[in-house]
Amino acid sequence: MYDRKLFCLTFSMVCIHLLQAEVEETLKRIQNHKGVIGTMVVNAEGIPIRTTLDNSTTVQYAGLLHQLTMKAKSTVRDIDPQNDLTFLRIRSKKHEVMVAPDKEYLLIVIQNPTE
Amino acid sequence: MEIVYVYLKKRSEFGKQCNFSDRQAELSIDIPPNPELMEHFVVRDPVDRGIQCSYEMSEHEVNTERFEMETRGINHLEGGWPKDVNPLELEQTIRFRKKVEKDENYINAIMQLGYVMEHCIKQNNAINIYGEYFDEGDEYEVSDEPLSAKTINVFRDPNEIKRTATHLSWHPDANRKLAVAYSCLDFQRADVNMSFESYIWDLENPNKPELTLKPSSPLVTLEYNPKDSHILIGGCYNGQIACWDTRKSSLVADLSTIEFSHRDPVFGALWLQSKTGTECFSASTDGQVMWWDIRKINEPTEVLVMDISRKGILENALGAIALEFEPTMPTKFMVGTEQGIVISCNRKAKTAAEKIVCTFSGHHGPIYALQRNPFYPKNFLTVGDWTARIWSDDSRESCIMWTKYHMAYITDGAWSPQRPAVFFTTKMDGTVDIWDFSFKQCDPALSLKVCDEALFSLKVQDNGCFLACGSQLGTVTLLEVSSGLSTLQRNEKNIASSFFERETHREKILEAKHREMRLKEKAKLEGKEEDEEVKLNQEELLALAEEEFFDIINQEIRRKQAPLEKKKKQSYEEEELEEFIYKGDEDDEDEEEEEEEEKEEKEEKEEKEEKPKE
Repeated sequence: MYDRKLFCLTFSMVCIHLLQAEVEETLKRIQNHKGVIGTMVVNAEGIPIRTTLDNSTTVQYAGLLHQLTMKAKSTVRDIDPQNDLTFLRIRSKKHEVMVAPDKEYLLIVIQNPTE
Repeated sequence: MEIVYVYLKKRSEFGKQCNFSDRQAELSIDIPPNPELMEHFVVRDPVDRGIQCSYEMSEHEVNTERFEMETRGINHLEGGWPKDVNPLELEQTIRFRKKVEKDENYINAIMQLGYVMEHCIKQNNAINIYGEYFDEGDEYEVSDEPLSAKTINVFRDPNEIKRTATHLSWHPDANRKLAVAYSCLDFQRADVNMSFESYIWDLENPNKPELTLKPSSPLVTLEYNPKDSHILIGGCYNGQIACWDTRKSSLVADLSTIEFSHRDPVFGALWLQSKTGTECFSASTDGQVMWWDIRKINEPTEVLVMDISRKGILENALGAIALEFEPTMPTKFMVGTEQGIVISCNRKAKTAAEKIVCTFSGHHGPIYALQRNPFYPKNFLTVGDWTARIWSDDSRESCIMWTKYHMAYITDGAWSPQRPAVFFTTKMDGTVDIWDFSFKQCDPALSLKVCDEALFSLKVQDNGCFLACGSQLGTVTLLEVSSGLSTLQRNEKNIASSFFERETHREKILEAKHREMRLKEKAKLEGKEEDEEVKLNQEELLALAEEEFFDIINQEIRRKQAPLEKKKKQSYEEEELEEFIYKGDEDDEDEEEEEEEEKEEKEEKEEKEEKPKE
């Protein structure tokens, strides 16, 4: 029985490692797309988990976009309570900021659109 | 819910209980109308009463005191980290991050979000959703709103002793900066403690200049290099030329040697178009125009004396105040002088005498501004004494259009870079006039009082929307002009060009007539022999006139007779024929008189034909 537990534990750990590798791959793939300047993952408290940009920029984006996403989400839900925010795109003169919100995390990508 | 206060009253203190019951209606009092009372009143017809049901409101204006602002940065530390993690310690943060990455939620979330995100990224790369697919072309705005302009910002001279803002120059790229040259142009009345500094202002910050330029003598004029926005050239009050590089310090980068510089304040300095982008030229009231290369600024490369007798004598030279150079005509340039004459010069001519091509005179006082129309470079605007005048290269004797004489001296003027028919002028009573001759020719389209003191300089930004004007106390005001005056109107180019052509044509006709009159007078003075010859000519003309006259009459008769033969029955036409023939008899009698008239006309015509041929 002890062996089975150990087996299950190692199996789950391997699975997690594999999945983690997939996550890494996904993030790398996103970063390598044409025009992408930076990618970052931020948790619900605004702490950057993964980022390809420098710390100060990351912190700035994390804090500001978190608030904006919350606002956007509440706006959508106020208008129609059965609706929910799926994606947020901010197009500026220089580039486009895309935010994919989740219950706990935010995936933020800054891209230079082709023009 | 908390009970905050308890109100107590004894039941016995309530009093008797109210018992309500229904009852029939009872008549309490009945007052019948009394017609006798009507005799105290008079019927009023009509009754005029105003009725208004609204709030009473009043309007007040308040002008607050000037507020000094300063921009400062704030440093704040990262927050949001859980209490056990110190954000500054790298190890702890890394550990925290690793922990989160192992979380199953995290993994699922990222997979989901990654999928969505990739879709959008690919979308972006595939197509530009904001692309302009239907190009409308130039849209002409037909704005019915009244023309207006408003002050956006005011930049004051930070020094205590105020100096005049004598020249303004916009930054060539972003147009977010303005270089202002300050000096005191009153002869020998400059204060001893007056500062020599000139400033470069950032439009966003009117409290403090962005950069200070410290020359050895106050700057009268200052220009950005249109090719390299870091380089500026300034003309000093003592005649030297100074060159700055804003990337270096604010002390002078290069200064010309005083022996080879001008002897009077440098009033105009402009950059030339050259491959190296380092050539410029300057003009001063000492009568010289000098060309410089800023790489070797201690000596001018060329000097030209503004002597209109073309002998190069400095004593006869006219002092130059305004300088004009249009990059589309790189070999020509124009100089506006103190004596009110505009001299057009050609740089490429071989000898100094040939360099001065022609002169235009017409102003009574110094010409403070000179600029070619950016759309029709053959026409240029000059501003001086109490008028602004528009000239054409072709008509050398006089200007083609001019404003009326104003009450105040006009100090500076400029064309609008977006509209060919609009130009701006500033006056000594502190007003800015915006003229639009496609709209109104007698008066400015818009006249604004900017400040109480005199305005000395004016510069329009390239988009035609903003203009900066500098005053005698060093206050530079930034104005925004309404879109009606800065966007190209429908057909405006055609209207403006037809205006110019028509006026030029008119001037040419007047010139021709003047010339003719002068020649006639010469002819009269030259003696009798010429008179006799003229008489002989008259006899010939008489014969010619007779012949032609009869020819015309015969032709007319033939023309009238042809349809008449077809319609013989109509008596009206027969009468006409009789009348005509009858008239013909009369005409024979009046022949001589008519011949004389015709003879004179013929004379004039022939003379006119002869003269232009000459």
